[in-house]
Amino acid sequence: MRRTALILAPWLLLILLWYAVAYSGLVNPSLMPTPHQVALRMHELLGGRLPRDIWMSTQRVFLGVALGILLAVPVGFLLGWYREVRRFVDPLINFFRALPPIALIPLVVIYFGIGEPAKVIILFYAAFFAGVIVMYEGIAQISPIFVRVARTLGATDMEIFRKVIVPLTVPHILTALRVALGVAWATLVASELIAAQQGLGALIQNAGSFFQLDIIYVGIICIGFIALAMDLALRTASRRLVAWQDRIGA
Amino acid sequence: MSAAAPAPRIAFDRVSVRFATAHGPLQVVEDVSFTVADREFVSIIGPSGCGKTTMMNIVAGFVAPTAGSVTLDGKPVGGPGPERGVIFQEYGVFPWLTVEENIAFGLNLAANRMSAAEKREVVQRYMRLMGLADFARAYPKTLSGGMRQRLAIARAYAVRPQFLLMDEPFGALDAQTRSHMQDLLLEVLAAEGKTVMLITHSVEEAIYLSSKIIVVTARPSRIRSVIAVPFPYPRDESLHERPEFGELRSHIRDLVMKEYAAQQRQVSADPARRPG
Ligand SMILES: Nc1ncnc2c1ncn2[C@@H]1O[C@H](COP(=O)(O)OP(=O)(O)OP(=O)(O)O)[C@@H](O)[C@H]1O
Ligand SMILES: [Mg+2]
Repeated sequence: MRRTALILAPWLLLILLWYAVAYSGLVNPSLMPTPHQVALRMHELLGGRLPRDIWMSTQRVFLGVALGILLAVPVGFLLGWYREVRRFVDPLINFFRALPPIALIPLVVIYFGIGEPAKVIILFYAAFFAGVIVMYEGIAQISPIFVRVARTLGATDMEIFRKVIVPLTVPHILTALRVALGVAWATLVASELIAAQQGLGALIQNAGSFFQLDIIYVGIICIGFIALAMDLALRTASRRLVAWQDRIGA
Repeated sequence: MSAAAPAPRIAFDRVSVRFATAHGPLQVVEDVSFTVADREFVSIIGPSGCGKTTMMNIVAGFVAPTAGSVTLDGKPVGGPGPERGVIFQEYGVFPWLTVEENIAFGLNLAANRMSAAEKREVVQRYMRLMGLADFARAYPKTLSGGMRQRLAIARAYAVRPQFLLMDEPFGALDAQTRSHMQDLLLEVLAAEGKTVMLITHSVEEAIYLSSKIIVVTARPSRIRSVIAVPFPYPRDESLHERPEFGELRSHIRDLVMKEYAAQQRQVSADPARRPG
């Protein structure tokens, strides 16, 4: 009961604040839809294009993150495990990570066109660089003592990999996945700048060009809540999978 | 060594170790020679940061001497192996495994194959001996420092190595548990007959357990003295009350205190070389 109240309180507060601003007269009412207007619009859109938009966006994010993490895990592992490689590659990674995905859109369009692949590539790019850094910083911090202990107990290289390195890597994969998912949702609107007809980013942009502010808010709220739900799901899964950890990375 | 003496199991021959550090080369071990005979129990005492762990790491197969050689049964030490059980100063219990899984880790490796029944028996026995039975399914994050140390000891004993290399294995334990662990170690040795190298800062512990004590100097480690402990095994707590025990303890303590004082001067003179 108390818990539920604590969870709901900040949201209620936010809605109250929103009403306060909308009714304060500080903002032109046509520029500031009220929460219930947005709720109504969302209800209406749920019977229309919204489910499809959510589906398309979620699918793109999943694909981008899946591909990004698939590459980030082995690359991050190698970089984390081999210090010499890391010293060599680290500046490159940081160079590419610093580029905002939106700046890459023109290039991506030229090389990959304006279809689905172009959008997924933008998300892949964002997910990979976010994930690879989390991976290799985590792996680099694994204490060599565990490998030493395993060796003195007679473990072969293969046994060390399976029984020591893999379990120590799992929590970092989960963290990388969480960070990559977050970054991918944050990049979604940019990726759907590429001639998308469907998707939450497309919804927001279309609404923007027709000054449909309530629809813009619907899109934003959907992105926020889906990202939040996925993060919660992953966090719960990690708590189960790596119950042995002192704490789950916040 | 006379021709009649049995071949040593561990032999240090003029061993030196130097590390390259950010502040230039650091001489850690210098011209150390000693041997450990079969079933002998050798303790090494010396000030913090002098190079004791480094010496143990050579025997364990993790550090190669810069000069001289260390041989095991006459052969130069290669890599690590399950015949040399190591109890590390920092324990290294596996955080992702429960207490019983930690102890079983070595038993599940190809190098130490045994039947499932035997495995269960060994794990149960060491959990009981180490007072960990109530925590079989607990992860190490929920254990106290002393319990983790006992877990590391159990894990090393479980694979029954011929050699035990122990780096301050009882350091985190309270006085009662410590003395219990010492007696337990003596029992295990009496039953299984191992050759032991123990690093400790406790003179009493060294005398109580060892057949030979090596006092090393402040860094770089050189051998200050080698002291034969004249008390026969089996030993028990009453040994502590014997006057000869007290005499030996003051003699060794004097030697050790001088080296600890030397180390203190070294550390305060050169803060950049503080032991890591
Ligand atoms: N791999 C390494 N590279 C550089 N320096 C090292 C390395 N290993 C140990 N040292 C240094 O060698 C010295 C001796 O270290 P060692 O761990 O052998 O000391 P110790 O006698 O075991 O000390 P303590 O009683 O505190 O455990 C220390 O100054 C340490 O910083
Ligand atoms: Mg040490």
